[in-house]
Amino acid sequence: MTMTTTGTKRDYSLVGESTRLAIETGLASAEWYHTDVPRKVMKELMQRCDGPAIRDSVIWISAILGSAAGIIWFWGTWWVVPFMFVYGVLYGSSSDSRWHECGHGTAFRTRWMNDVVYHIASFMLMRNPVQWRWSHARHHTDTIIVGRDAEIAVMRPPDLIKAALAFTGILDFRYSLPTLVRQAFGKLSDDEKSYIPEMEQHKAVIAARWHIAVYVATIAVAIALGSWIPLMLIGLPRLYGTWHMVTTGLLQHIGLADNVTDHRLNTRTVYMNPISRFIYWNMNYHVEHHMFPMVPYHALPRLHELVKHDLPEPNPSMWHAYREVWPVLLRQLKYEDYFLKRELPPTAKPYRGEFHDLDITAAAAE
Amino acid sequence: MQEWVEACAVDDVDEEDVIRFDHGGRTFAIYRSPDDEFFATDGFCTHEKAHLADGLVMDDIIECPKHNGRFNYKTGQAKGAPVCVNLKTYPVKVEAGKVMIDIG
Repeated sequence: MTMTTTGTKRDYSLVGESTRLAIETGLASAEWYHTDVPRKVMKELMQRCDGPAIRDSVIWISAILGSAAGIIWFWGTWWVVPFMFVYGVLYGSSSDSRWHECGHGTAFRTRWMNDVVYHIASFMLMRNPVQWRWSHARHHTDTIIVGRDAEIAVMRPPDLIKAALAFTGILDFRYSLPTLVRQAFGKLSDDEKSYIPEMEQHKAVIAARWHIAVYVATIAVAIALGSWIPLMLIGLPRLYGTWHMVTTGLLQHIGLADNVTDHRLNTRTVYMNPISRFIYWNMNYHVEHHMFPMVPYHALPRLHELVKHDLPEPNPSMWHAYREVWPVLLRQLKYEDYFLKRELPPTAKPYRGEFHDLDITAAAAE
Repeated sequence: MQEWVEACAVDDVDEEDVIRFDHGGRTFAIYRSPDDEFFATDGFCTHEKAHLADGLVMDDIIECPKHNGRFNYKTGQAKGAPVCVNLKTYPVKVEAGKVMIDIG
């Protein structure tokens, strides 16, 4: 285990010093390492079909409506708790994977189905659907490149209190709602303007106004009925149901390298239980997803089998992954250049210098 | 001014697929539609520099492998975010089993 104490200070603004450096050094919009997969095989894996996503969406929507009915029926009794538990996770967590897959346009073959679910899920997450479509495109272009990636969940040095509070949804709620209000008044931040093309910016404002209008209507209904139920069903699940999204999502990149152009170094695949995989729509195969974002969620297990010889061994469980990450985060409190470098199997192509500018023999925990 | 060049043999492209063709420092994408017609466009996505030949052809759509941006490869029309700029298309003809494109 080695580390370095160069004392690098990262600037996570998307219009600051790190941005300039990333562009100048070629880290921005760079060529990334890909495991070799024959074209015919990849073409087969990329094929779209509506069947799996329709099946999963019917289950998803039925469970949402069923648990919502349970909340309304049992409101005022302790029996409401299990229904809120289920509804919260479906609303506040599984919406993230639906937003993600439909944003990529890979969940369904039929475009309008992707768009409908994308907009519903964006609303559930309090995410501006226009802004986040562009931020996610940037995340795929410049994954964990400091100063470029708009979706770095845990920055260095890590703010552990902030990371812990993320499981409650409080910070996200506190950020997302005021952001939507600001955007509804036509104000986009400099960071947002850096990744949303000018010709798309007015669409972000319109989308924010729609979201705010629904929230205002929900509050009005709650006041008119003298009941918390409308807010428990719309808006507040973003607080009480977000924990599963954070539990699975944080593991995507946390503790791994930044400023590299090989997803094997900065992204993590974790084996998960079937329920979490349904909620997360197989995004636990995250290295595979980043290498080949064209492959639909339902084909990721097959892709994983094909490329795993070239990837670090997946964490066998979420618990294992968090146990691996925790000491790295503690070390990063003092040495923010420190990161976890995961071992490749003997069958893998080695990490190659020309695919990243960072000296990975330094600052790495193996 | 017309400049017809041989891009590939007909059999080099599967039905509903795309291949890359490099010529004179430029990169093109050659498509074979499900109804067995050939088309040609610029080889790179207009959003970011990604080879469309690594993407997926579905009916008359090519989807970029990097951000899933979609174009109609017959007309070059960008079909929505994250692609906003249309793709340049080129005339194509098939002669004696060869796919020719006019890059002039």
